[in-house]
Amino acid sequence: MHPFSLERPRDLAGAFASGAQAGRNDAPIEFIAGGTDMVQLLQEHVRRPDRLVSLSGLLDATIELSPEGLRIGAAATMADTAAHPAVLEGFPVIAEALLASASPQVRNQATIGGNLLQRTRCPYFRDVGYAACNKRAPGSGCSALGGETRWNAVLGTSQSCIAAHASDLAVALVALDPVVELRSASGQRTVPLAEFHRLPGETPHIETVLEPGEVVAGILVPASPIARRSHYLKVRDRASFEFALVSAAVGLDLEDGIIRDAHVALGGVGTKPWRVPEVEAALSGAALEEAALRQAAALATQGAEPRGGNAFKIELMQRAIVRAIQTAGARA
Amino acid sequence: MTTAFIGKPVSRIDGRQKVTGGATYAAEFVAPGAAHAAIVRSTAASGRIASIDSASAERAQGVIAVLTHRNAPRLPYREHKGIPDPVIGERLHVLQDDRVNHQGQPIALVVAETLEQAQHAATLVHATYDQDAAATDINQVEPVLPTQEKTDQGEAQSPETRRGDPEGALAAAELKIDHGYVIPREHHNPLEMHATIAAWDGDRLTLWDKTQFVHNVADEIAAVFGIPAENIRVISPFVGGAFGSGLRTWPHVTLAAIGARVAKRPVKLMLSRREMYYSVGYRPHTVQRVALGASRDGRLAAILHDAHQETSTYEEFSESILDASRFLYSCPNVYTRHRIAHMNVNTPTYMRAPGVASGNFALESALDELAVALDMDPVELRLRNEPDRDEFSNLPFSSRSTRECYRVAAERFGWSRRSPEPRSMRDGRSLVGWGMATAHYPMHYAPASAKARLLPDGTAEVTSAASDMGPGTWTSMTQVAAEALGLPLDRVKFTLGDTRMPRTPPHGGSMTMASVGSAVQAACRKAREDALARSGASEIGDAMHRLGQPVEASADVKPGDETQRFSMHSFGAVFVEVAVDPDLGETRVRRMVGAYGAGRIVNPKLTRSQCIGGMIGGIGMALMEHSVVDARNGRVTNANLAEYPVPVHADAPPVMDVLFVEEHDPHVNPLGVKGVGEIALVGVAPAITNAIYHATGRRIRELPVTPDKLI
Repeated sequence: MHPFSLERPRDLAGAFASGAQAGRNDAPIEFIAGGTDMVQLLQEHVRRPDRLVSLSGLLDATIELSPEGLRIGAAATMADTAAHPAVLEGFPVIAEALLASASPQVRNQATIGGNLLQRTRCPYFRDVGYAACNKRAPGSGCSALGGETRWNAVLGTSQSCIAAHASDLAVALVALDPVVELRSASGQRTVPLAEFHRLPGETPHIETVLEPGEVVAGILVPASPIARRSHYLKVRDRASFEFALVSAAVGLDLEDGIIRDAHVALGGVGTKPWRVPEVEAALSGAALEEAALRQAAALATQGAEPRGGNAFKIELMQRAIVRAIQTAGARA
Repeated sequence: MTTAFIGKPVSRIDGRQKVTGGATYAAEFVAPGAAHAAIVRSTAASGRIASIDSASAERAQGVIAVLTHRNAPRLPYREHKGIPDPVIGERLHVLQDDRVNHQGQPIALVVAETLEQAQHAATLVHATYDQDAAATDINQVEPVLPTQEKTDQGEAQSPETRRGDPEGALAAAELKIDHGYVIPREHHNPLEMHATIAAWDGDRLTLWDKTQFVHNVADEIAAVFGIPAENIRVISPFVGGAFGSGLRTWPHVTLAAIGARVAKRPVKLMLSRREMYYSVGYRPHTVQRVALGASRDGRLAAILHDAHQETSTYEEFSESILDASRFLYSCPNVYTRHRIAHMNVNTPTYMRAPGVASGNFALESALDELAVALDMDPVELRLRNEPDRDEFSNLPFSSRSTRECYRVAAERFGWSRRSPEPRSMRDGRSLVGWGMATAHYPMHYAPASAKARLLPDGTAEVTSAASDMGPGTWTSMTQVAAEALGLPLDRVKFTLGDTRMPRTPPHGGSMTMASVGSAVQAACRKAREDALARSGASEIGDAMHRLGQPVEASADVKPGDETQRFSMHSFGAVFVEVAVDPDLGETRVRRMVGAYGAGRIVNPKLTRSQCIGGMIGGIGMALMEHSVVDARNGRVTNANLAEYPVPVHADAPPVMDVLFVEEHDPHVNPLGVKGVGEIALVGVAPAITNAIYHATGRRIRELPVTPDKLI
């Protein structure tokens, strides 16, 4: 572990003043919340910050439903969020994504804000035995290209990076058009979650729009029929405690068996939580019939670039979309 | 036979210690003043270290020493091969020269005041390499026959065997099956990381180590350092899983001892999870071809089984992949050939049911393919080829309960309700499949010793330098001792895991109860008889009270000529139900029944647990375990427990039945036990892939069967 000082500011102002920055691997000062991902990265020498600034006790952990929708404080744990009655009732895709994530022990410790900021599982990012990783060491190259790509993305990739975003929760959320509340010394701003994570392009080490000294304070999810009839499907090698090979989050607004509106997002395949508007457009007005769903799902693969070991995701993501819609559609 | 304790479902006597943290594992011992060590490992697979810069590491806070091949003590590395070591080749010498043979090879050792300081300083050591072309892709390496050399450990089994006219019989056979099967590298992944604490006192060394074989640790480190083995004490009372990774004495044990010698204080060295993928062996990648010829009535006419496996450039590790094809079924024409592929890898080693589980997967898959071609029930096919004797060794079986295992397992499973057609059984969207396979594992019995000491207060202390990596040695040996002594369980204290105790064979190969158990029984009987004779009493408590002083007895047991007279194996049958999601490719095991004929079962409760563990391990082998090697450079990409999945609770089927068929085998060893540690994993993977075929009509011949292979 690279030596670092752990700072525990007494209030948020102190945290802002630290200039710590989340979501950038070259930041010398980083925030730490639940630490479930950060500690692994520190132990494996992937992250080597000089200073860690703890957000423990500084951020709101409340979960509340208002006419505007569901607000989840950034410090709420995954476990508390998954078990909250308002989440279970009006936003099942969120609860399902959380319960399909990690293990009970991790969910008791990990925060919602931290979950959005967790780092990729790309094995080349996580193994410092590889010198080349543009995300870990900007400009050093990408070892995943031409390597074992089973865990990597097929959508939103670049010649610099093909790392998949790892969060289940972010995939579920992005299907529901939430905004992320960001706070810093200069006040508060909101950013749609869809714009919060950045595509890798030529700067894969910059993962979000967060500025130095800025934190995720909460997330606001609008209530809607889509959110109420929503579902998260996760495909993986074992039954629990594993990241997604492919996942699909869907929300449906149905009328008499016809899809009035559908939201669809994918996990395990994109370099960020991946919405598929083309699929959604094709689903609008479609019946819940396999052929129609399959036809719409095929549009998810537009622009997909398979690389050897992850080529199976092209077919699997379509099947996951179809199954997730069927499951959501069958709900009362 | 009426027994007081043998055969009784006694609960773990160390259970409370384990769940309350009272059991001390290797890294948890406190050696006052201990420093901490971290290993720097190569990031090249083959070549020479061109430069190594340790200057900034040496200056880092808390650093006591940085050792590389340039400044580490030269060690004698005297010749030594223990039972678990490959017969051919020479073990890796650490920090003795600039040669790099594999990724993750130790190239430097940092010793520092704290663990964090050592680990940090290790990242400051920078090496460059003159790299050679490395053999890192098994598909690019031409396999060769293993070296046949007579050594101290005897002549190695011939890699090539032939009886009858296999090629002719195959060509003439009415039905032929001929396919290739691949099993990727699998790592043991015990929960407890390997760790060693080394403490020198002059030329005497104490090692607290995670090992399945304390005496071999002493022998190996003695040879490496050129000191008498008597100078080394190895302590290892608890092992948090090993599955074979603790059989050999690996280079990190040497490194801990080097570090302690240089630092002149105790040194603690614990491997990280990632390091475990480069340091403590693994089940080698195997490539197999099985060709079967048969008559229309299901009689095997020919078996041709060719296998090769990876090994390192410096040692020839070979495992018994071809056992099953040589003896499991009756067949007049059999050809087998075993080869090895030398790769720039760390040497593989024994992993639960080594070789046998791999070969059994290929043979039992091929049998299932033959049953499909014959339109015959797979159990019936196996019954038609049941041999009267071991046709390879030409010896009678000491006991063989395959028929009974098929019968009781099939009955418990409800096999007769199987609809044979693939894709004919469904549950909702899921395709349901039933499959089965035969299990087998050789009975091993090796020389072992034990000591029993009866005390005047009517209690007893029994010791043997055995190990307990999980099966329950602490408990089962207490049962054997109490039985032989005629004392209640709570008056017998059995201890293990210390080289000061009588020597045992390695805790592996399912031989601990056969070997150590027989020694414990013999020592206890001797002590009891001695006490009764000397006191004239008829009851042991009375005897000890009358004698007023301890009675001690030691016993050494060793096999006789039974291996020349009998073919001795455990046998079993595994039946499995899977559900496959035909759209998403996910396979989940829903039910498993395993029936075993394994001689006497000393503790049915612990043995059942042991079998369940092995069966779940088989689920891992079949469906998820795979060390994904980047063929460009030989690094293991998924060297962590997130991307190397092993089964979790949710993967274990809700219904797991373990049945032991009654078996009295007077030939195997004095206790009449055969062991179940290995056989419980054997047959599970093919039973699952056979069930997947039945569910989907898809035959998957390369493990693991992950969703991408089924969509």
